[in-house]
Amino acid sequence: MMRLKLHVWRQKSGGTQGSFADYDMTDVSADMSFLEMLDVLNEKLTADGSDPIAFDHDCREGICGACGMVVNGEPHGPRKATTTCQLHMRSFKDGDELWIEPWRAEAFPVIKDLVVDRSAFDRVIQAGGYISVRSGSAPEANSTLVPKLDADAAFDAAQCIGCGACVAACPNASAMLFVSAKVSHLGHLPQGQPERYARVRKMVAQMDAEGFGGCTNHKECEAACPKEISISHIARLNRDLLKAQLTAAEEKKVSESA
Amino acid sequence: MDIQLKSNAPTGEISQRWEKHRFDMKLVNPANKRKYNVIVVGSGLAGGAAAASLGELGYNVKCFCYQDSPRRAHSIAAQGGINAAKNYQNDGDSIYRLFYDTVKGGDFRARESNVFRLAEISVNIIDQCAAQGVPFAREYSGHLANRSFGGAQVSRTFYARGQTGQQLLLGAYQALWKQIADGKVKMYPRTEMLDRVVVNGRARGIIVRDMVSGKIEAQMADAVILATGGYGNVFYLSTNAKGCNVMAAWRAHRRGALFANPCYTQIHPTCIPVSGDHQSKLTLMSESLRNDGRVWVPKRKEDVGKAPGSIAEADRDYYLERKYPSFGNLVPRDIASRNAKDVCDEGRGVGPGGLGVYLDFADAIKRLGEAAVAERYGNLFDMYERITGENPYKVPMRIFPAIHYTMGGLWVDYNLMSNVPGLFVGGEANFSDHGANRLGASALMQGLADGYFVLPYTVGHYLAQQKLEPVDANTAETKAALAAVNDRVNKLLSIKGTRSADSFHKELGKLCWDKCGMARDATGLGEALKRIPELRDEFWKNLRVPGTGAELNQSLEKAGRVADFLEFAELMCLDALQREESCGGHFRTEFQTEEGEAKRDDEKFSYVAAWEWKGVGEPPVLHKEHLDFEYVHPSQRSYK
Repeated sequence: MMRLKLHVWRQKSGGTQGSFADYDMTDVSADMSFLEMLDVLNEKLTADGSDPIAFDHDCREGICGACGMVVNGEPHGPRKATTTCQLHMRSFKDGDELWIEPWRAEAFPVIKDLVVDRSAFDRVIQAGGYISVRSGSAPEANSTLVPKLDADAAFDAAQCIGCGACVAACPNASAMLFVSAKVSHLGHLPQGQPERYARVRKMVAQMDAEGFGGCTNHKECEAACPKEISISHIARLNRDLLKAQLTAAEEKKVSESA
Repeated sequence: MDIQLKSNAPTGEISQRWEKHRFDMKLVNPANKRKYNVIVVGSGLAGGAAAASLGELGYNVKCFCYQDSPRRAHSIAAQGGINAAKNYQNDGDSIYRLFYDTVKGGDFRARESNVFRLAEISVNIIDQCAAQGVPFAREYSGHLANRSFGGAQVSRTFYARGQTGQQLLLGAYQALWKQIADGKVKMYPRTEMLDRVVVNGRARGIIVRDMVSGKIEAQMADAVILATGGYGNVFYLSTNAKGCNVMAAWRAHRRGALFANPCYTQIHPTCIPVSGDHQSKLTLMSESLRNDGRVWVPKRKEDVGKAPGSIAEADRDYYLERKYPSFGNLVPRDIASRNAKDVCDEGRGVGPGGLGVYLDFADAIKRLGEAAVAERYGNLFDMYERITGENPYKVPMRIFPAIHYTMGGLWVDYNLMSNVPGLFVGGEANFSDHGANRLGASALMQGLADGYFVLPYTVGHYLAQQKLEPVDANTAETKAALAAVNDRVNKLLSIKGTRSADSFHKELGKLCWDKCGMARDATGLGEALKRIPELRDEFWKNLRVPGTGAELNQSLEKAGRVADFLEFAELMCLDALQREESCGGHFRTEFQTEEGEAKRDDEKFSYVAAWEWKGVGEPPVLHKEHLDFEYVHPSQRSYK
């Protein structure tokens, strides 16, 4: 059993000031997940008549993307390729001091304690992160062949869980890894080609409108990503964006001369 | 209420039924669709697909989910795959075979017409998802790949590594956001449904709470679709997400919708065992692991504490291979689970508390090489190692069954409409297609079938036949529902007792698992039925919910869900008690064959048990829908 000292960010609501509160944890088992450790603390806080700590979580198996907190400066904590819910206390040792904070980014305002509003991600998807196909209008699936390497590359990008750790890790709070993962997922597939350039243009414009910063190649996003999504997707996005801007200019010229 | 259960299933040659029904259904004129409002609660595979498809058709759709984004619905956690009768492997699959396997796998407790439609639509789902950009596994030729999955002798499962649910859900989620962008769907995340509004006997709206501001309001519509998932979290520990709950379905039940077959719960055999009291959920390891892993326990009780590597081959009991030579480790989920329980009950279980069995990959690694095993299961092995701290390439995994899926749900007819006109139910929340046991890779298939290809037709069919009066927040029924919800929230906050909602939930879950889990008997169920009302009374006297209703309050959300589980659990146990037979996931120890297999009683129990609410603590009324089997004749399942 371990003893830990926690400093947890407490903030009543979006409009109020927050600060760190200190908690001493005794009897922390190495088999507990990080969130189970917080459950234990919350039960104690409830029993003592205090407000429990609010944090987002749901599947607790690393796939829904709901959970996420910064632990000692690292989004999702110290373990590589691991969401907070899958981080287990055996990654820490007796006597450790832990600073626990929400994602910090202008585009992710704090709602309460460790809970932030990530709806900006949904609006970026809304701007073009899909393939338009009406239910029922799809051709027989094997009529469009997809080379295995393309399918695998698309899958690698599609694994993004939309947790926002990339934004939290980036000194500029850029969402480039998130946006590029979707651009790259759909852009690798033949089904995604017709909308490919319009997609990247619209998604990047929305990303900027949401207040995310620009990418200056710090690569912190890749290191923090629990699904190990590669920054090579960002390079791919940039190539697609350049092409998209050129073709947009061409299209404009054609329509003006007509 | 005088209730006549009419399945409204078409008759005639089974392969023509859906086709004929689609023609017979009424259509809404394209120009009129925008005049109708449809509410969808839940944004998983069924809800997300339904909301997107109805939006495309031109209806005004409002979609609600409790998560911060529809992309987080629990469908996302499905690992293994999705079945479809494509017969791409040329191994003898067909729509009829998928239909046959599903009826048999469900232990002859599902409606044939529904199951056939499901098998028929399965092929369209794969087409739809591939077109959306779901990155399914492919062969080097570029064709779609398949694998075989628990309980099937053909390879009909499509998959995207171990994250099939995630990829299918993201497909539906993206289709949904396209409709949101087009202004046809309005999304309400972080919003929880707390009640349903019935006007003139028809479902006309819901009462919701904005989980950030705490604002409670009514949302009105011409039809309401519930796609709110299953009730597995009544057991506290399950593979469900922490937020999964029965509230929407239960509130609908309390307002007249019948709840069918609540005792049919599925236990998944390959989960990571419990490690201690702090355990908050159980993690599933995909069933596909059973394709290459061998399940065993020591032959002798004395060996359970020994390191597995030190137990000689001759001292190991590969009990599934021994008892079921033709299916071996691939027997259906209920059989694999029950056998694990049996060996643990005999004292031969391994790991903490003796509640675990080995799933061993040593032979597979020897046969295929470590790299090939990593290619197939690498992400699962990594997950196991993260949670347990043990390396499954070196030591066998330990697994134990856990609650995973619930086959029961709100009763629906062939149109997926409940007995309350205008209330539709899709996905895991309805009872319909899996009978008493769901086969692997069939949940994703059903959710998407309901959402993309059934509800978009049947909701229109309903609307085209109605003359609906205008309703709003000032309608008497709406006001009454709003008042009831406000009262309940205030009551939860005002008890100010000493126990947290979570502590009640844990106690209820343990009770349900012990008395109504993998094996049930009349004595245990009687005990549960005595204890549940006591626990419920204590809850309403001694609950503590910190904070207020006018803020983000996760304790309050939890309390509301536990309050409903405390009512629902009683119905589940009652249903298990009345069903004096064993079938699928429902195993009554009094009813088993000499070999210890589930013994059905088709004479007496070939029906759907649909329960009518009569009030808290009042005995519910049982309505029966008789099940006829014209095509797949009931037989004793045998996987020997």
